[in-house]
Amino acid sequence: MADVLTRPAAAPSRDGFGHLVHAEWTKLRTVRGWMIGLLAAVFLTVGIGMLGPAGSQSRCDNVDGARGGAAHATGTCAASTPPKRADGREVVDEEAFVHRTLSGDGSITARLTAFTGRYDPTGGGPATGGGTTGLADGLQPWSKAGVLVKDGTAAGSTYAAVLATGDHGVRMQYDYTGDLAGRLGPVSAAAPRWLRLTRAGDTLTGYESADGTTWTRIGSATLRHLPHDVEVGVFATSPEFSVIRNSFGGSATNTGPTVATGAFDHIAVAGQSTAAGSGADGWTVPRTGTADSGPGGANGPLGQVGASATGADAFTVTGSGDIAPANPDEGAGKSLESALAGTFAGLIAVIVVAALTMTSEYRRGLIRTSLAASPRRGRLLAAKAVVLGSAAFVAGLVAAAAAIPVVTALEHSKGLYVFHASTEAVIRLVVGTAALMAVAAVLALAVGTILRRGAAAVAAVIVIIVLPYILAVASVLPGTAADWLTRLTPAAAFAVQQTITAWPQVKAVHTPASGYYPLSPWLGLAVLALYAAVAYALAHRLLARRDA
Amino acid sequence: MTAFRDALHAEWTKLRTVAGTAWLLLAAVVLTAGLSAVSAAAVSCDGPQCGEDPAKVGLLGVTVGQALVAVLAVLAVGEEYGTGMIRVTFAAMPRRELVLGAKAVVVAGLTAAAGVLAVLGSVVCALVLLPGNGFTAANGYGPHLITAATARAAFGSVLYLVLVALLAMGVTALVRDSAIAVGAVLGLLYLFPIVAAVISDPDWHRHAQQMSPMQAGLTVQATVDVAGQPLSPWQGVGVLALWAFGALGVGGVVMRLRDV
Repeated sequence: MADVLTRPAAAPSRDGFGHLVHAEWTKLRTVRGWMIGLLAAVFLTVGIGMLGPAGSQSRCDNVDGARGGAAHATGTCAASTPPKRADGREVVDEEAFVHRTLSGDGSITARLTAFTGRYDPTGGGPATGGGTTGLADGLQPWSKAGVLVKDGTAAGSTYAAVLATGDHGVRMQYDYTGDLAGRLGPVSAAAPRWLRLTRAGDTLTGYESADGTTWTRIGSATLRHLPHDVEVGVFATSPEFSVIRNSFGGSATNTGPTVATGAFDHIAVAGQSTAAGSGADGWTVPRTGTADSGPGGANGPLGQVGASATGADAFTVTGSGDIAPANPDEGAGKSLESALAGTFAGLIAVIVVAALTMTSEYRRGLIRTSLAASPRRGRLLAAKAVVLGSAAFVAGLVAAAAAIPVVTALEHSKGLYVFHASTEAVIRLVVGTAALMAVAAVLALAVGTILRRGAAAVAAVIVIIVLPYILAVASVLPGTAADWLTRLTPAAAFAVQQTITAWPQVKAVHTPASGYYPLSPWLGLAVLALYAAVAYALAHRLLARRDA
Repeated sequence: MTAFRDALHAEWTKLRTVAGTAWLLLAAVVLTAGLSAVSAAAVSCDGPQCGEDPAKVGLLGVTVGQALVAVLAVLAVGEEYGTGMIRVTFAAMPRRELVLGAKAVVVAGLTAAAGVLAVLGSVVCALVLLPGNGFTAANGYGPHLITAATARAAFGSVLYLVLVALLAMGVTALVRDSAIAVGAVLGLLYLFPIVAAVISDPDWHRHAQQMSPMQAGLTVQATVDVAGQPLSPWQGVGVLALWAFGALGVGGVVMRLRDV
């Protein structure tokens, strides 16, 4: 009895969690294979990431003429650098813009009486001799025409616009990413749109009207550092036509240039406006037929780009291009997360190590010693989870922090353009990849505890994490099925590596195969964490109830 | 020859009497047919130009079935190393290549049997579900989905599973540990599709698909746009067979040279 009462002070701490963690760390540290496995995770992540750019080249021959022309002229195939907004985000900024200078506050008003478009449904093939034959009539969903206030005409300069679109009604858009919805419905002579933008300091306010007397406010935007003199006027533009057939085992894309034509009248500039150009009444007018000879050439759709005066205060403007945020797609640069394409391979190494640390204890009978030393079995599992989770986190952190600079440097040396990501996004990319590895390690440990067999545990975890990822990302499955896989399975966690934004105002394929996950980054990681938590709870219960 | 027959008998007894074998084979059949049924129910053809491949849609389950088949094959070799049983086996059967050969024959036979059931289950699900999803004569799929091409796809899928099992055995003979072998085999199968997806250069993209044991092997399932595939169906099976017999050969040689 006395012995029990005077138990040495050291005894409780020997049973303490800290000691258990230390014991588990010693087990992990001193088995050479496990340290090699964690190192392999780092090298696989970086090495497989490097295979991507190593097998890629920037290609100029398939870039459309308007953008690739300069590269052809110099005979080199240098990185085609897209224009950038002030904060470094890549944008598309091509439009036909009839403009004059507005000094200080004021407004621009115009009535859009017709809005039509043409596109080449066969894609950007060589021009046929017969002028614009072969072109179909029709607007693209995001064809745009309207009034524009812009900080000069340099590509990437900030702007605000009130515009009509092909399918999405009247919108107010600003600084490439801002998008506010107005009235829906098509534009015609019977149902024209009055559009107005007013400037007061840095604040731009957009209005629309059906009759020019009753105005509805769409919204307002603040454009920082807008200079005293801005360009105002009317514009039209139309993004590339594309039909993407996403079928089993691949997708086929059919793209081609398009044009949109807006007929404006009652164009009025209020405020102190100076004649900037030599055109009619002081307007600077883009001339018809001066566009780069791209697909279709001067006879193709791009040959029609330009504007002409149709009255004292009226212009018809035909444009091609877009004013919108740009995203990497095939042949036009790489996203930053492409540097982490090797994550899944590193993940397999982490899964093997994490599952083995538990199953090898069962195999060698060490588990009985471990449990005898720590009769409270749940704490043994917790200590293993802490040690493995931390080790995998560090491995993931090192792997991601090494892969990003190494692979992007390789991409630059290959002449590939790497898209900008904010510092915040880069940190999330690195920490998120580390967290992905850590949570996957805990999941593998739990599954290893449940199954007690290394091969079965490794196979099970790889099949639930990596297989859905392959099916979704290697474009085996159609888009909707891929979306569901990356929502419901642990592969959702790869969303933590997405830095590109699926802009609703840009028509593009938003599937996991093109890098867009259906869940937000941390929500995706939470899906994996939920699987890991359920597996951990089951492992905890089985470990406590079963004979070792 | 009697030595090989004895080896076969021994390996068959070992594999037959381990509880895991039956469960793995059952899981392979159920999961393969199940995933195939899900994909046949989920994918629809919306017009004559939809370009969907009924064989690939209806046999998608093979992508998960191969993992179970690989585990079975890995365990057939790896567990003997894990338990030390391999020393007894080699003492009784000093010609080690015969042991590996007998294991290969037994595992291949079991895989083929399970593969036939798994593929038959997938085919039945596909034949029931696909015509309702637009895979009809009106959309250019012929009066019946069973054609020479889809029959080749079904038969080839069984062959694919057998070859994946042989590849897994070869890798296990090399690394001698079940868990590491499973990681290595699944990594090898799943590595190339991802690498191919990130490579933008069309030539290298094609080469990656041609070298990939999984993607090359699964071209045997192509029935639509066969000419557009990186390899012809049987060339694809040939690539996978090179991987499988290459791994088995290297594994056998290393097994002979090594001290257990």
